[in-house]
Amino acid sequence: MTRTVPLHQLAHARAGDKGDISSISVWAYDPGDYPLIKEQLTAERVKTSFPRLIRGDVVRYALDHLQGMNFVMYDALEGGVNTSLNLDSHGKSWSYLILSLPIVLPEN
Amino acid sequence: MIRIGSGAGFSSDRLQPAVDLARDGNLHWLVFETIGERTLAFGHRDRQLDPRKGYNPHLAMRMRHTLAYCRANGTRILTNMGVANVSQAAQVVLAEARALGLYGLTVATVEGDEVTDRLNSDTPLLDAGGRHISDIGHEMVCANAYLGIDAICPAVKTGADVIVTGRVGDPSLFLAPLCAQFDWSNDDWDMLGKGTLVGHLMECGMQVSGGYFADPGVKEVANLADCGFPIAEVADTGEATITKLASAGGSVTARTVKEQLLYEVHDPAKYLTPDVTADFSSVVISEIGPDRVRVAQATGHTRPDQLKVTVGFDGGFLGEAGVSYAGPNASARARLARDILIEILDRVPGAKGSYRIDLIGLNALHATALNRQAESEDVRVRVAMRALDRDIVAMMLWEVEALLCCGPAGGGGFRGHITPSVVTHSALIDRDAVHPQVEVFTA
Repeated sequence: MTRTVPLHQLAHARAGDKGDISSISVWAYDPGDYPLIKEQLTAERVKTSFPRLIRGDVVRYALDHLQGMNFVMYDALEGGVNTSLNLDSHGKSWSYLILSLPIVLPEN
Repeated sequence: MIRIGSGAGFSSDRLQPAVDLARDGNLHWLVFETIGERTLAFGHRDRQLDPRKGYNPHLAMRMRHTLAYCRANGTRILTNMGVANVSQAAQVVLAEARALGLYGLTVATVEGDEVTDRLNSDTPLLDAGGRHISDIGHEMVCANAYLGIDAICPAVKTGADVIVTGRVGDPSLFLAPLCAQFDWSNDDWDMLGKGTLVGHLMECGMQVSGGYFADPGVKEVANLADCGFPIAEVADTGEATITKLASAGGSVTARTVKEQLLYEVHDPAKYLTPDVTADFSSVVISEIGPDRVRVAQATGHTRPDQLKVTVGFDGGFLGEAGVSYAGPNASARARLARDILIEILDRVPGAKGSYRIDLIGLNALHATALNRQAESEDVRVRVAMRALDRDIVAMMLWEVEALLCCGPAGGGGFRGHITPSVVTHSALIDRDAVHPQVEVFTA
């Protein structure tokens, strides 16, 4: 048996921007959850979850000793802060896009 | 040990916590970092409109309320609030000092980041799909290189009470005083990496001390209304403790430090600055007391050969306008208003493709990412348009306002504004094409 929870229950995140590149770090609250999050939250999954927004590559860097990962997403800010017509032109709220993704947990 | 406080982490950061640090922080340095890609563009826009502007709009107020405390406490100020007009910013600081009776106060300027005349139409852009400056098709209005410690340290060594810069690497604002104090050389990559970690953690102000972190029920932060700016206590070994005033709100924990550790970082092992290729991949973060977090084991490698340049182009005008619908069937009325606007605006020559419409309350910030069909009884139709021709943007505002009488029932709350726009890209420049200069003025 398994159950599914939003990543928001297991991790915190912060988004930053440079040009048209959005970077989001994701940190497990409980070190015990980190391997599971790392296994399921792949760069490929992040890219395929938001194909209309993330138009370029996604590269993941892991800092295992801090139970955190950094997702660098190219062509992911609708042009960047001085070009985008999005109300959130920095993509500050993209962190909560990632935190909305479901993670499957073993029942125990 | 050297104590450096942050007095601002972005252009519009709060004033009072900076005053608190100036008064009670027992600081050697108070650093105001206020430039981002957005605010640098604003600086150039302001300077175009008025040649005496272009520096940070809160500069005078920040100086008025911190200069006297800093002078009394022997705290020196280092800031990039010069933005696009460093020399004028220095005059503002001098005028504030004189008004406070702080005669003899010295201000050093660091200039030379403006490199507009050293780029040409063939200069390649880093982030524009292989295009060059000439391919953008709009006039280049500004180009600022990120200067580093090589430019700032000579100003530090003048002993000036206040140092004003334009575009410099954000962490360099913190690294330069460390290098000057501890005599770290500009090719001691390990120490520069450690000092850059301190600068990186501090450069966004409260983002390391509880700001931009709270998520009720999940990540609580006490007393955010009085959140304190951070303080770094840095040893000559490069190890540092991040803390805050005990009297201030906010919190400094391993979690707040982690979120800032990778903020706007790409590869944690290769954080490029003008000074060093910093390596944060083995950083150790330890909570050593309440609101005291120790960071260690950053390192660094040879600095990049070239300097990064932010290049601004005339982006015409950005217009935003909105009208709201509330109560029963509000979502349907807002969608109808959107459909009417699309039909009308697409008839305006030059408008098609230059605007976007969001339904705030249904799906706005995440509208591109998520195809969500929410319902709400309080919806705002928001149109944003960027065009070179101001008349087209003005027509958009007119059409959104026209919905008040010509659109669906119950529309209200029209607001609209138009601002000049600078769009930015990045390029690289050789170090020997950039010539920083330091000048000292006395109040």
